[in-house]
Amino acid sequence: MSGLLAGKRLLVTGVITDASIAFSVAKLAQENGAQVVLTGFGRLSLVERIAKRLPEPAPVIEVDVTNTEHLASLADRVREHVDGLDGVVHSIGFAPQSCLGGGFLDAPWEDVATALHVSTYSYKSLAMAALPLMSSGGAVVGLTFDATKAWPVYDWMGVAKAGLESASRYLALHLGKQGIRSNLVAAGPLRTIAAKSIPGFDQFEDAWTERAPLGWSLTDQEPAARACLALLSDWFPATTGEIVHVDGGYHAIGA
Amino acid sequence: MTRDEITTGLAEILEEVAGVNPDDVAEGKSFTDDLDVDSLSMVEVVVAAEEKFGVKIPDNEVQNLKTVGDAVTYIAAQS
Repeated sequence: MSGLLAGKRLLVTGVITDASIAFSVAKLAQENGAQVVLTGFGRLSLVERIAKRLPEPAPVIEVDVTNTEHLASLADRVREHVDGLDGVVHSIGFAPQSCLGGGFLDAPWEDVATALHVSTYSYKSLAMAALPLMSSGGAVVGLTFDATKAWPVYDWMGVAKAGLESASRYLALHLGKQGIRSNLVAAGPLRTIAAKSIPGFDQFEDAWTERAPLGWSLTDQEPAARACLALLSDWFPATTGEIVHVDGGYHAIGA
Repeated sequence: MTRDEITTGLAEILEEVAGVNPDDVAEGKSFTDDLDVDSLSMVEVVVAAEEKFGVKIPDNEVQNLKTVGDAVTYIAAQS
């Protein structure tokens, strides 16, 4: 087996369609020698259909990151397919509609709590659920959307992402001794199912494609996926708590 | 494939994916308004239809497929 991830065993969450960033990660990972186990939530039948579109069939296990039983049994269920893990990809986020699309000032705490539970706290929960499988170290990689700024319509999801970015640093702090790295990829806007559920998401699409020094494709998930692969690989052995921008350079530009 | 055959195939998919009664499926029916297919179910209907009919239905087309008849026309033209 050859490739950037030859022999690596990965758990990839967040595949829902073939436009999902996680789908590109799983596809490229397989093409680069990794063995991939997917997790699905809710529409498991859809995830299973999409899994068949990967270069190699990948098993799908059900994981609701807010379900403690799912998390407690995750390691055993992953072990049915691989004997351990070298990497975990967290590509999970959800916020009730009240939390998005300009509803920042009115969203009730219960809805915000849901957004934080699924999008922020789950990063730690998923890593801990997979920890027994990473006895010789590993890499946890998550997806964020630059949370150093306030964006139109992103609202509480932006707050959740700020929490995710902090949670990744704390995970790096607490799991470093066990040889586990935690890093995030801050991708530019991509037209995934997640993006389509944000009313007014198109508001920053134009600015991005026009201003990013390298340009930006709203429909090409591969650049973000490639960065995930790099962070999962052995080529960032001393990097943890980091955020890599894969946004065409937009974050670096003032106006 | 005839339009009727495609409609029957779509009815099978709609039943499996979204629990729609096949007797309710007709060309004039709207996926969301008449058949109560939510957006994520619609995503799966599209994926299943691509496999069943051997066609590719791009995202920007899906939003134009409001009724069963719209989908039948698109699939008939592609297959």
